[in-house]
This record gives sequence, C-alpha cells and structure tokens, in this order.
Amino acid sequence: MAIKEPERIWWKPFTRDERLWVAMALLWMMGSFVFMPVYHFIGAQNPPSETYRVRDHEKFRALVDGMVAKYKVGEDKGVPVVKPEPGSDVFMQASMWQWYPVLELEKGKTYRIHLSSMDITHGFSIQPINMNFMVVPDYDYVLTLTPTTAGDYYIVCNEFCGLGHHLMVGKMIIK
Amino acid sequence: MDYRICSLTGLKINKPAEDLIKWNMVTAILFLAIGGFMGLLMALTRWPSVHYLDTSHYYRFLTLHGFDALLLWILFFEVALVHFTSAVLLNTRVVAPFSAWIAYALMLVGAAFVNIVVFAGKADVLFTSYVPLKANGVYYLGIIIFAVGAIVAFANFFANIIQARRDKAYQHSLPLGTFGLAAASIIGIVTLAHGAVIMIPVFFWSIDLIKYIDPATYRLVFWGLGHPSQQINVCAMVAMWYMTAGFVLGAKPVNEKLSRTAFVLYILFINVASEHHLLVDPVLSSWHKIINTSYVMHLAVLASMIHAFAIPASIEVALRNKGYTKGLFDWLKNAPWGNPAFSATFLSIIGFGFLGGTTGVIFGTEQFNIIRHNTFAITGHFHATVVSGTTIAFMGGTYLLIPYIFRRNLVLPKLAAIQPYLYAIGVAVMLIGMMAAGTYGVPRRHWDITFSNAIFSFSFDPSADMFLSMMGVGGLFAALGGAMFIIISLGSIMFGRKIQ
Ligand code: HEM
Ligand SMILES: [Cu+2]
Ligand SMILES: [Cu+2]
Repeated sequence: MAIKEPERIWWKPFTRDERLWVAMALLWMMGSFVFMPVYHFIGAQNPPSETYRVRDHEKFRALVDGMVAKYKVGEDKGVPVVKPEPGSDVFMQASMWQWYPVLELEKGKTYRIHLSSMDITHGFSIQPINMNFMVVPDYDYVLTLTPTTAGDYYIVCNEFCGLGHHLMVGKMIIK
Repeated sequence: MDYRICSLTGLKINKPAEDLIKWNMVTAILFLAIGGFMGLLMALTRWPSVHYLDTSHYYRFLTLHGFDALLLWILFFEVALVHFTSAVLLNTRVVAPFSAWIAYALMLVGAAFVNIVVFAGKADVLFTSYVPLKANGVYYLGIIIFAVGAIVAFANFFANIIQARRDKAYQHSLPLGTFGLAAASIIGIVTLAHGAVIMIPVFFWSIDLIKYIDPATYRLVFWGLGHPSQQINVCAMVAMWYMTAGFVLGAKPVNEKLSRTAFVLYILFINVASEHHLLVDPVLSSWHKIINTSYVMHLAVLASMIHAFAIPASIEVALRNKGYTKGLFDWLKNAPWGNPAFSATFLSIIGFGFLGGTTGVIFGTEQFNIIRHNTFAITGHFHATVVSGTTIAFMGGTYLLIPYIFRRNLVLPKLAAIQPYLYAIGVAVMLIGMMAAGTYGVPRRHWDITFSNAIFSFSFDPSADMFLSMMGVGGLFAALGGAMFIIISLGSIMFGRKIQ
C-alpha cells in the first residue's frame, strides 16, 4: 500500500499491460523527442537565436535615430514612419511605454529586425497574427522576418513593464 | 514518548508531528484564502464587461495572487505532507521539532514580509520580478527568508527518515507515499537553493550594494528555480493521489517497481527542462533550447504517463476486490463519488492529465511557443496544472487529513461532497476560456486589452471577448468553490464533531 511499507521484494517483472503501456508511452515520447529537432529543419519558421550584447543603450538609440533620419517617410500619431530598404537591418526600440518607430515593410522581402529595450523587459507581440518574442534590455535580438500578407499590424507589449504597460502599442505597415 | 494511536487508521501519531502538520496546514489554507480572493479580483478585472480593479491595484493584487496561491499555499501544504509522510506514515517521530518550528517561523516571516511590502504598494513587480524591474528590498529579503525556511523544512524530511531507520520504524523500503515526498524534498532543496542564489544578489542590487544584474541571466536562473519547483508540486500531488487511494479504498500500487521508477524519472529529468520559458528569448542558442526542452523533458512526461496508468489501475483493482466486478466499468460506477477526498483525487488526475499535461507538452515546443508565449493561453495551462491538478489534490488531502490529524469530522458534509466538483468545473471553464482567448493573441498580465488610451488602438477578434467572459463566469464558480473549501476546512478544524 502507498501508505505502508511494501513487502520485502517489490522488484517484480512488469505484467503484459504494464509493458504495453510503458512501451506505447515511451514510443510516443521518443517520437516527440525526435520530431522537435527534426521540425527545426523542415518547419517554415523557428524562434530566432541571433543575439548581440548591447553594452551602451545610447549606441542602439543612435542606430535607431540614424535609420529614422535616413528612411523616414511620414508620421503616424506623431511617431515617425520609416521605410527601410528591403534586406536591410531594421531597428526597433522598446522603452516605457513606446515602440519606436513605426515600420513600413514590403511584402515578400526579408528584413533583419533588431529588437532591444532601453529600460526594462518588454514583450514584442505582433497582432493580429499573434507571434511573440521577448525584448530584454542589454541584448539585441535579431528577428529575420519576411512578411507574407499586406495590412496593418500592431505590436502589443505582452510582458509587464510598469503602470503604462497597457498603453504600449506600436505599429507595422506591410505594403 | 508522546504518541497516540489514531482510531481511524491505526497510525501511531507523534505529538510534535501532529502540531507541525496542523500549523502548516492551517497556514496554507489561510494563504489560499487570500490568494484565491485575489484570483477572484483578477477574473473580475479580466472579464471585459466588468473590468473591476484600477490599473495599479490590478498589478499589485496580481503579484499577491501569484505569490500567495502558487508559493505559499502549496509550499506550506507540502511541509505538512513532509511531516505526515515521514513521521506519521512511518509511525515514528519528528527528530528535531525545534528545527522544524524554526523552518515554519522563517517561512511565515518571509511570507509576511512579501505580503506586507506588496500590499503597501512597494513591490508591484509580479511574482517573477524580472530584473531590472525593481521592488523594495524587503520583497527580495522576504523571498530569501521564505526559501531558507522551506529548505530547512525539506531537510527535516531526511532527518526524520534517517531516524526512522535507526528506530527500525521501517525495514527495507519506504512506503510509496513517503518515497514520493522524498522525491519532492530532493527537488525542493535543489530548486529553492537555486532561488536563494539568484535572490541574494538581487536583494543587494535593490539596496544599491551591487550595481548590475544581467537581465538574461536572471531569467535563466529564475526559471531554473521556478520551473523545477513546480515538480515539487507534481511529486507531492502524485504522492497525495497514491495515498488517498490507499486510505480511502485500501488501494495498493499495482507494481511498486513501476511507480518508484517513475518518481526517479521526475528527479532525474524534469529539473533540467526549464527553458520552455525562454524559447522566444534572446541569448540561448536554438540547440540549447531544443535539447533542454525536448530531450530531457519527454522522459519526465513518461513518468506522468506511468502514474496515469498505475493510479487508476490500483483504484480499479481495489474496487474489484470489494466485489464490483460486473462488466468493465462496474467498479467505476461504484467508486465513492460522494467522498470529497476521493472525488478531489479523481478530478485532479483528470484535470492535470488532460488539461495541464497535454497543453504543457504542446506549448513547450519550439515553434508552437511563438504563438502562445505570454498569451492568456499560458495562464490557462498553468491553472490546469497548479489548480486543477495540485490545488484540487491538496483540497482532497485536507479532507482526508482533518479526521486523522485534527480528530474532527467534516462540517457541512453535503456541501463538502459537491465542493470538489464545483471547484473543478469552475476552474476548467475558466482555464478553457483563458486558453481560447490566448489563441486570439490576448496577452496575460494586461489591464486593458481594448487599448483605449494607447496611441495606436487595436482590437482583438470579438470572439476573444466571449472567451474572456467565459473565463469570468468560470472564475466566479471557482471562487465560490474555493470559498466553500475554506469554510468547510476551517469550520471543521474549529467546530467539527470530535473523534475519539
Ligand atoms: C478562485 C480561483 C482562481 C481564480 C479565479 C484565478 C484567476 C486568475 C486570473 C484571472 C489570472 C490572470 C491574471 C492576468 O494575467 O491578468 C491568474 C493568474 C495566476 N494564477 Fe490564478 N486563479 C485562481 C486560483 C489560483 C491558484 C489556486 C493558483 C496557484 C496554485 C493560481 C496561480 C496563478 C498564477 C501563478 C498566476 C500568474 C500570475 C502572474 O502572471 O504573475 N491561481 N489567476
Ligand atoms: Cu512594455
Ligand atoms: Cu509591457
């Protein structure tokens, strides 16, 4: 009994049912275990892992400002709209409580989007397609991204970042 | 020595063990009351048409909800189980009652520090307190004190069984329930030590003695603590399942070798699998994440699969031995559904396995995590594990132990008979609502998903609102079931008819 000491010898062979069940479960688990790395290669998209250290927030901010100065095409609610060259490095800055700037990207073109935070941790959640990544201060996280559908996308912050957390919404326009 | 013989079970109960179990259990229940009430406020705030709390109270009470329900209720209850399985089940004594009381005091002081500083509005950081979000130093100090207390409590488990061996309280092998708690205690000591290791520098950072804590390192070590510490809960919960089946039905594990191997798999493998929290984080390489979350984790899932077979099998065998042998399911029909200790165990097995385990395996895959990370679906998943699973199992454990330890009958037995069902259904409706809302991208930990004051406003698919309302309704029922549990358990402890 689970509440009493078992008899002296409890190391007994498994019965047929037990062997069958454990074999099935083991097979299933091994299947999942093999499939996870396999899918990394055959799947269409994986979470990226390209990361750089950001030792100085001002340097990242300078990259963002440089990009804004060079590629600004307008403003949306006071936030600059930037249309960078396809294939280029794009910078997106998170801070309490703003995503900066607004990006205008071309459908079918690939971009390297650098995400970093100027203060605390934020969550980069692209809606309505619902894809989610973390933005951690002092690190530059590179998403290699190819938009496939035109439209307006919003970036919701989905990691708690203080009292204005629910105000932190950014925008991405795919044309 | 100070012993009494339990008239219901024949167990020899040591007085200090009895007192320790009583105090730890009552403390656990009180924190569940606070945490559960905060849960109700959460559900009322996330329910779009109610949207009850203002912004700052929402985050403040969310911090408390996570901390009191997840850490305090569960760990205090586990410490009660530590003493129950080591001293009471082995018919022996608590070797060092003094250190066990020190452990209790430390845990209580730590818990009080955290509760007070959060209530005072000085630590609105949510229970994950991701650096560089900073709380008042008392918050971290409270966590450290609490963790040290819990480590001492788990260490008591080993002191007790070593003494039991010397006293020849058992001959060769521990009972399975004790074995399960041994697994829980090993994992507990390892993970809580981890927790202390990261919180100590963070405490110094919060009082400006250390300049910098790396945010990514914090996340890695925090989840190195946080996730495996959930396996303390899994081990204790599974041990509770086996014990309840044993006490209520006289069920015997069908194969001790199988069940014990499964506990060993938990110790060996689940500890490592903590990076599913970090799948969409920078820093760690894909291979690091894949090996951690795929290879090792699945062997721990295998352990759960084994228990999922062994426990129902033992229940079936026990009921068939009682003469319910007609057809395939006569035994199931005649199970003691009106006994809340039994029904809670059964509901916990179903909820944990079908809602919690499955979603955990799915959300923990590399690509799937992209579309679930930090959405409300995650909140749905862990309410399935820690509420549908652990909390309901421990509610059953409370009903089981009140007669044995407090020597009282349950008050309001009719209410007690339906409480596990009401709570389990409420929680299931709530968490299915959360999971469904999460599939539309609704974030967790978010005060205003209408973004009414944000510069860009955006609205989720209107179906999300429906699922959030479903969460709200489920949450109300869960809160009602939870309140019934508090009333029945504390009521029985204070006013239940005495058992001689
Ligand atoms: C009456 C029962 C309960 C209700 C109605 C409830 C409701 C909720 C809700 C609505 C949230 C989401 C808050 C948000 O992200 O906006 C939440 C979060 C959470 N709940 Fe519960 N809950 C209940 C019981 C429990 C119990 C018993 C536990 C632990 C054993 C628990 C652990 C948690 C944790 C860890 C979080 C996450 C906190 C965070 O994101 O920081 N809940 N709960
Ligand atoms: Cu943010
Ligand atoms: Cu945020």
